[in-house]
Amino acid sequence: MDSVDLFEYQARDLFESYGVPVLPGIVADTPEEVRAAAEKLGGTVVVKAQVKTGGRGKAGGVKVVKTPDAAFEAGQAILGLDIKGHTVQRVMVAAGARIAQEFYFSILLDRANRSYLSLTSVEGGMEIEELAVTKPEALARVEVDPLAGVDADKAREIARAASFPEELIEKVAPVIERLWAVYRDEDATLVEVNPLVLTEDGEVIALDGKVTLDENAAFRHPEHEALVVAGDTDPLEAKAKESDLNYVKLDGQVGIIGNGAGLVMSTLDVVSYAGEKHGGVTPANFLDIGGGASAEVMAAGLDVILGDEQVKSVFVNVFGGITACDAVANGIVGALDKLGDAASKPLVVRLDGNNVEEGRRILAEAAHPLVTVVDTMDEAADRAAELANAAN
Amino acid sequence: MSILLDENSIIIVQGLTGSEGSKHAARMLRSGSRIVGGVNPRKAGTEVEIEGTSLPIFGTVADAMAETGATVSVIFVPPAFAKDAVIEAVDAGIPLAVVITEGIPVKDSAEFWAHANNHGNKTRIIGPNCPGVISPGKSNAGIIPATITDAGPIGLVSKSGTLTYQMMFELRDIGISTAVGIGGDPIIGTTHIDALAAFEADPETKAIVMIGEIGGDAEERAADFIQKNVTKPVVAYVAGFTAPEGKTMGHAGAIVSGGSGTAQGKKEALEAAGVRVGKTPTETANLMREVIRAL
Repeated sequence: MDSVDLFEYQARDLFESYGVPVLPGIVADTPEEVRAAAEKLGGTVVVKAQVKTGGRGKAGGVKVVKTPDAAFEAGQAILGLDIKGHTVQRVMVAAGARIAQEFYFSILLDRANRSYLSLTSVEGGMEIEELAVTKPEALARVEVDPLAGVDADKAREIARAASFPEELIEKVAPVIERLWAVYRDEDATLVEVNPLVLTEDGEVIALDGKVTLDENAAFRHPEHEALVVAGDTDPLEAKAKESDLNYVKLDGQVGIIGNGAGLVMSTLDVVSYAGEKHGGVTPANFLDIGGGASAEVMAAGLDVILGDEQVKSVFVNVFGGITACDAVANGIVGALDKLGDAASKPLVVRLDGNNVEEGRRILAEAAHPLVTVVDTMDEAADRAAELANAAN
Repeated sequence: MSILLDENSIIIVQGLTGSEGSKHAARMLRSGSRIVGGVNPRKAGTEVEIEGTSLPIFGTVADAMAETGATVSVIFVPPAFAKDAVIEAVDAGIPLAVVITEGIPVKDSAEFWAHANNHGNKTRIIGPNCPGVISPGKSNAGIIPATITDAGPIGLVSKSGTLTYQMMFELRDIGISTAVGIGGDPIIGTTHIDALAAFEADPETKAIVMIGEIGGDAEERAADFIQKNVTKPVVAYVAGFTAPEGKTMGHAGAIVSGGSGTAQGKKEALEAAGVRVGKTPTETANLMREVIRAL
């Protein structure tokens, strides 16, 4: 359901394994390692922050240096740098290249046409979103049929559509064909090279790459698990993942548990609206416990949410479709028993749907001091926001 | 009438012998759906007993159709085998394939869709990762609870399962002609637009509720379609107004990226097309009540 974005160095390694031309690159986690990498590569090198966000150049996350000592200093400056909320923990030291020209290439999902789309431009070195707006005619959009894929002819068609000069087409097309192989064989939903460069020596090289992998395909790519870098995710998100919970940490005070992604998203909205009347409290998280809201799943979910110090109240919003509300109610009661003293924040529960009377009866009978049952979603959101504000 | 599904729909289940397939086949049977068999190549010729009904297992969708006259296949097979199951249904030429399976690699969905396209799109595919279709009182193909609401004049189309249930529940005083859960994956067979077109053509549907969510531009395209082609009143709800950029909210498709796919943008596009958009599910249902009263 989810996807995994690769770091640049991971994309580089993946490209290399598919025969996509890349420059030598070595990852480093300390300034000393940066110096050693620069010594090994020799000559001018580029020290590049490894962060999953754009704009690192502007933020000072990329430095071209001529000596190992300068590389050490660049490592010191870049490691630990904050780039749009991402702390740089690793850099890649890459061999320098003498660039003659910069291009752009990507292949991605085309939802509207339920197909794939290649985007190519001979005008690289620019943010692609910007190019798409300012000079859409310079961005060649060519559909890639998911079954037919990209063979040598198709790759040439893509290069021609982007108006590569004839003498470059034979150099660029094989790279496009190999990038397609990465996309197809790795179950990617995005393969982007920006820039794809022509060096002064006449070589076409993928200088920087971005790859997004489809986690739904993990069952046929056991090797992808190794690409998930430990420490890269929020600790609460990591804990939730261990319990197979679909959790996203947010910044607010009202913990949210619901069933079904759409209903949980809607719950976040309703709580935010309610928060406007209660000191501006907002949701603390997204947590979808899915269809079978058993006591174990409910306990695991509550455990994660109560581990968030920012949480002041919790809103459990369940529509019993397949799951009966009595099972959900038993889940809540069981979870609170299981958590004991660890359950310390007020819980507002709204249940509707299948067997709702029995569910509400179970909660009423248990009469847990922390639990308030409210009949409608909007009123329950209001109550949860009010409680969070009172405890804030 | 209703769309896609009615009392004459004859349903088979691919993956009937699995736990999800048998559980939901039982629920569908209880809600009055005409389920006539299942498909599992390794168990062809056997029978399974579900809800006191003995259902034959066929080796292929084509065999099942030849024997039973099935018009609908509901697919519960696990993600790794789902693509082949859909392609088999398409090759057999079944009119409607409802793909419930969650977690299908998007490449597989792209490939079965391309295959269906190459074969003239004779099979309407709904899903994957969807709750299915229900025409209350007539038939139920999927996992939508049949007890939420009775039949009525409102057509409902939604990406999300539980929001579909919530909206059916909110509108239970009026009732639903058909509810279509199109699924939350980035690549899906039937879109909002397809469902809107079908509701527009259905004489029993008097008004339409459309539920969208952040990510992609399906709602914007639907707004454009409504403006040009839909004469019936449409009320909409969009989930994810407060979702932060760059965080995927459960559905693989539900992500705001680079400022596109926002709920606000979708709301504005829909309102520009004359669609009233509710702030919450409850408010949306109230807007629909006003629409129905005015008819």
